[in-house]
Amino acid sequence: MSEHDKKRETDAHTGTETTGHEWDGIKELDTPLPRWWLYIFYACCAWAVVYWIFMPAWPALPGLAGETDHTRGLRNHSERANVAMALDALDAQRADGFAALAGSSITEIENDPELLGFVLAAGEAVYGDNCATCHGVGAQGFVGYPNLNDDVWLWGGSYDDIRTTLTVGIRSEHPDTRFSQMPAYGRDQLLSRAEIGDVTDYVLSLSGTSADVGAIQRGATVFEVQCASCHMADGTGDRAQGAPNLTDRDWLYGGSREQVMATIHRGPYGVMPAWESRLDEATIDALAAYVFLLGGGEDATAGPTGQ
Amino acid sequence: MSGKKSLWSDLHKSLFEKNSLILTVGVLVTVSIGGIVEIAPLFYLDSTIEEVDGMRPYTPLEQLGRDIYLREGCYNCHSQMIRPLRDEVERYGHYSLAAESMYDHPFQWGSKRTGPDVARVGGRYSDEWHRDHMRRPQSVVPESVMPAYPFLETSELDFGNVAAHLRALRTVGVPYSDEMVAAAVSDVETQLDPYAEDYDGFQERYPGAVMRDFDGNPDRVTELDALIAYLQVLGTMVDFSTYEAEADENLR
Repeated sequence: MSEHDKKRETDAHTGTETTGHEWDGIKELDTPLPRWWLYIFYACCAWAVVYWIFMPAWPALPGLAGETDHTRGLRNHSERANVAMALDALDAQRADGFAALAGSSITEIENDPELLGFVLAAGEAVYGDNCATCHGVGAQGFVGYPNLNDDVWLWGGSYDDIRTTLTVGIRSEHPDTRFSQMPAYGRDQLLSRAEIGDVTDYVLSLSGTSADVGAIQRGATVFEVQCASCHMADGTGDRAQGAPNLTDRDWLYGGSREQVMATIHRGPYGVMPAWESRLDEATIDALAAYVFLLGGGEDATAGPTGQ
Repeated sequence: MSGKKSLWSDLHKSLFEKNSLILTVGVLVTVSIGGIVEIAPLFYLDSTIEEVDGMRPYTPLEQLGRDIYLREGCYNCHSQMIRPLRDEVERYGHYSLAAESMYDHPFQWGSKRTGPDVARVGGRYSDEWHRDHMRRPQSVVPESVMPAYPFLETSELDFGNVAAHLRALRTVGVPYSDEMVAAAVSDVETQLDPYAEDYDGFQERYPGAVMRDFDGNPDRVTELDALIAYLQVLGTMVDFSTYEAEADENLR
């Protein structure tokens, strides 16, 4: 205690000591920090030290902390290693299901309730994350995005066909993608507006819509020259080139006269991305089986050939 | 407590408050501690930058699309950061690397997601889907609350000053070369034409950039062209089949 301190006086009004500073009769209170604040402050300092020791915190000169350029801390913590471990654990959980799925045909999947449950759960999750955005949550599709619940398939509806479509995509950037291109008959002026009208009437007549007989006859001639090579002479389409069947009443781009004319005018170029680089093979198996089981798959007994 | 405090206040009063030189030195020491704590880590900045193959600056068209993304406030609902968490990686794909935002000024990280994260939306959907979706999101995602942006496909893209834009980005560290800046305006149109004369030159400047007409209307350069070009490149630059996530220097 110094001389100085002995002189410290207590402010009568607040009961707090003053610092001894005085300016023109105004004295400075020496109010201590609240205890609770002070203790939390000390605890934080202590916590910082503990954190430095246990967690990666300090940058270091290369070579001093092993391969890395920062201290690893006693816990050797890494978010990236943690997520890799969590994903491995997930893979391990699913390993049995995927192992059972590998090489199974749809019939075999359907006859094994456990495997069926696995495929439906896995497929639904992957479908929801990746496919529902275009094909709809209920796989009902939209104009331009095929319905996956029905039995109409552009590129084939067997388990293998669906797997291939998922793997390589349609008009995607994959080197082996499924590809075909319908000309834009109107935009590129390959057909006149009248001819497009006629061929539209003819195409609609294939599925039973009546129109002017003369127009249908003229349209039939145009169809034979322009369309039959892909959609076949009878209009039933060709899955090898993704040419849809025109004799049914299912329309990807709409079945009204205006919509069919617009489709012929612009030549649709529907793109589906390839999923090979995003989903692993087992996941594609599960997804293909799920899409098959949505209702419209064909030839359930055939096993996957693994391309 | 009061004993300790008195000792300090003693020193304070007898030494610092009575010798201005000592006070000055004391102030300098105190301030420089704060300064060192803030500045020293900058000397280690290089060691914190992850070097990843495949990253390239945005093409002029993508960069303009990014400006539209910012202008329309897409970031208010969409983040561009897949966190290293199991469920996010399962849903969106590989977690984002810091390096993937290295040419973003400003970056688009975040955790507020009214809509999904778009860090890896590139290549996930077709251009046609993006067009339908921008015109009226509910036409493809009925449950969506996203507003429609139909005006983008009718708005001409203003790209006359894109070279200045690249130069500005260069001053903050994006490695645009003189050649890139010189070709910036023509590169906007080059990217929209897969049969462009300067195809090879463009690919050399921006390796792997997707070249096609994004908005489905080859006659016009619209804001939708730019925005889709930008969305289609997001998260696609790094080839994760060769990226060694488990490598020691990448575990952080």
